[in-house]
Amino acid sequence: MSILHCLILSALLFTIGTVGVIVKKNIIAIFLCIELMLNAVNLSFVAFSRYLNQVHGQIFVFFVMVVAAAEAAVGLAIAIALFRNRNTLSIDDADIMKW
Amino acid sequence: MMDYLWLVPLLPLLGSAVNGILGRRFPKRLVSIIACTSVGASFAVAAGAVAALAGMPDGERHVVIPLFTWIASGDFVARAEFLFDPLSAVMVLVVTGVGFLIHLYSIGYMHAEDGYYRFFSYLNLFMFSMLVLVLAGNFLLMFVGWEGVGLCSYLLIGYYFERRSAADAGKKAFIVNRIGDVGFILGILLIFATFHSLDFEGIFRRIASDPGQFPVEAGFGVLTAIGVLLFIGATGKSAQVPLYVWLPDAMEGPTPVSALIHAATMVTAGVYMVVRCAPIFSRSPIALEVVAVIGILTALMAATIGLVQRDIKRVLAYSTVSQLGYMFVAAGVGAYSAGIFHLVTHAFFKALLFLGAGSVIHAMGGEQDLMKMGGLRKFTPTTHATMLVAALAISGIFPFAGFFSKDEILWSAWANGHPAIWLAGLVTAGLTAFYMFRLIFLSFYGSGRFPEETRHHLHESPPSMTGPLVGLALLSTVGGFVGLPAWMNLGPNRFERFLAPSLEYAARGEHPEASHSLEFGFAAVSVLVALAGIYVAYRFYVAAPGIAPRLAQRMAGVYRLLLHKYYVDEAYDALIVHPVADGSRRILWTGVDVGIIDGAVNGAGRLVQGSASVLKHLQNGLARNYAAWIFAGAVVILFYIYMVRG
Repeated sequence: MSILHCLILSALLFTIGTVGVIVKKNIIAIFLCIELMLNAVNLSFVAFSRYLNQVHGQIFVFFVMVVAAAEAAVGLAIAIALFRNRNTLSIDDADIMKW
Repeated sequence: MMDYLWLVPLLPLLGSAVNGILGRRFPKRLVSIIACTSVGASFAVAAGAVAALAGMPDGERHVVIPLFTWIASGDFVARAEFLFDPLSAVMVLVVTGVGFLIHLYSIGYMHAEDGYYRFFSYLNLFMFSMLVLVLAGNFLLMFVGWEGVGLCSYLLIGYYFERRSAADAGKKAFIVNRIGDVGFILGILLIFATFHSLDFEGIFRRIASDPGQFPVEAGFGVLTAIGVLLFIGATGKSAQVPLYVWLPDAMEGPTPVSALIHAATMVTAGVYMVVRCAPIFSRSPIALEVVAVIGILTALMAATIGLVQRDIKRVLAYSTVSQLGYMFVAAGVGAYSAGIFHLVTHAFFKALLFLGAGSVIHAMGGEQDLMKMGGLRKFTPTTHATMLVAALAISGIFPFAGFFSKDEILWSAWANGHPAIWLAGLVTAGLTAFYMFRLIFLSFYGSGRFPEETRHHLHESPPSMTGPLVGLALLSTVGGFVGLPAWMNLGPNRFERFLAPSLEYAARGEHPEASHSLEFGFAAVSVLVALAGIYVAYRFYVAAPGIAPRLAQRMAGVYRLLLHKYYVDEAYDALIVHPVADGSRRILWTGVDVGIIDGAVNGAGRLVQGSASVLKHLQNGLARNYAAWIFAGAVVILFYIYMVRG
């Protein structure tokens, strides 16, 4: 398993995540896609870490995980607040902040 | 005492600060005590320092007193330092001495005015600025004082600022002075460009020690340019043709201000500056010629205007302009010490005339029109006696102070080869005697031409006002004896000897040795001319009062010309003020300001507004849209980085 395989997988996961963020309307699904993108990046970090025989990449992964956890906590809280107030999870219904 | 010289300007500054900041809550008595003591103490310190200076040997009489380094930039250093030599000593004594008397007088004169503390605060600030001006050891510090006195003059002319004419007069004085200041600043810059220094001592010593580089200029050299530029500054401050127009209007200020600032001290700053720069002027015959010609022109012109004015203060104002012209004539013909001598005696008798006029106005309840006075001698005897002394002094009657100084100027003009200037000066002397005694006769003699109710409250002024009058009258009587001319065979002129160390770097012209009897003859002629002027005034206004109006009718054209001051103000209005005002309104305001500057600012605003009205639709509130834009942006940037820049 060379680094190329890892990077192709990472790119695929990232693309799936990106497309998901753009096309999905359900806010929970968008979250999942964001997590997918973050973990795709984590994967390439780890791959490079191994390839370059350096530990830096793995340390970055920990940071990314911590940020992802915090983001999930805040994001889910927003999702709950949105559902309570507007009785919906569709992100397209939360559009009053505009010109 | 010389170590304490820094106290001389500092004390009035402190007085000004205390009165200016806290004076509103002080009782009037305290305000006047603070103001007068600070100036009085300053006079005492100055007198001690001058006594110490006079005790030093001739060669050592320039004391440079460094205070602190003001500006240090590269190899240029401007220090705040005082130059104490006989010239600044004379000026300091006159400024603090006459200033102190006028402060005392103001207590009585201003007692009923609002803003009493404001008046004394400004007056003390003026004293500070003037003392900085005369003590300064370099051009930069002198300029600080120069602008400071201009500011105080503006503030005090506009003291009755709720009166429109006073506010306008203040602005006029300020603006006209600025025009002169442009010349002064350019002169200072040219000095710096030439000498890389602004110190009086350094510059003058260099000029004197290097005749190869700085000869007496036959043509228009750099020293001539400096001299002419500096003199333009002097014409503004000292009210010479063509910038004299502000001084008569400055009479809108309170009378003590007219006496102190617009007669005795500030307006003489230009004369002082020219004499201080004698090493420069003396090496430029052209600059000297300009000074002398402008001086005599001013003297003659102002004297003729003074003949017909009806406002008592305006007569004195034109008389001041005329006498300042005399001082410049003295400087212009190379008789620097005679100019300073006349400056000193003029400070005495002109301050006295103004304070006397103030006393008359006070007695008349604010009336300034000479035609509505008359016969005041009986009501205000002290004022009458002291003003008579001043009028005799300014007319140049022996043995009053003006005789010695004016005679020395006229004699110097003749002896140094300017017979035309001498003749014009002699005519001016006659005119001076005439208009001064016209003023005396119209106000104090004849019968009263005022209404009955004015007669009831006619009164002599309080002692705080008559005291300074008597003091100045004494000085006007004996002040001339410090400079007895050589022809009296009482030894050489002591005033000239005293000033000599200040003028040691000035180039000497040749002074043809004239016989004392000839000089005596000239003095006799000028006294006779003055007496003739007085006699004509007596005929016109006392013996046969009908002559003056008949003469005015016969020579109606000339009379109107003089009454309207040669229409100079009207000409300036038409040629300068209106074009500038119209140009400002039509081109600079509606064209440049509204069109270009406002247009650019408003255009920028409209541009942002227009583009925003299109671009705002991007912010549509749909989070998925934003995400797509972010993604697209990332793609574009990555594409640029890897594909375009490679």
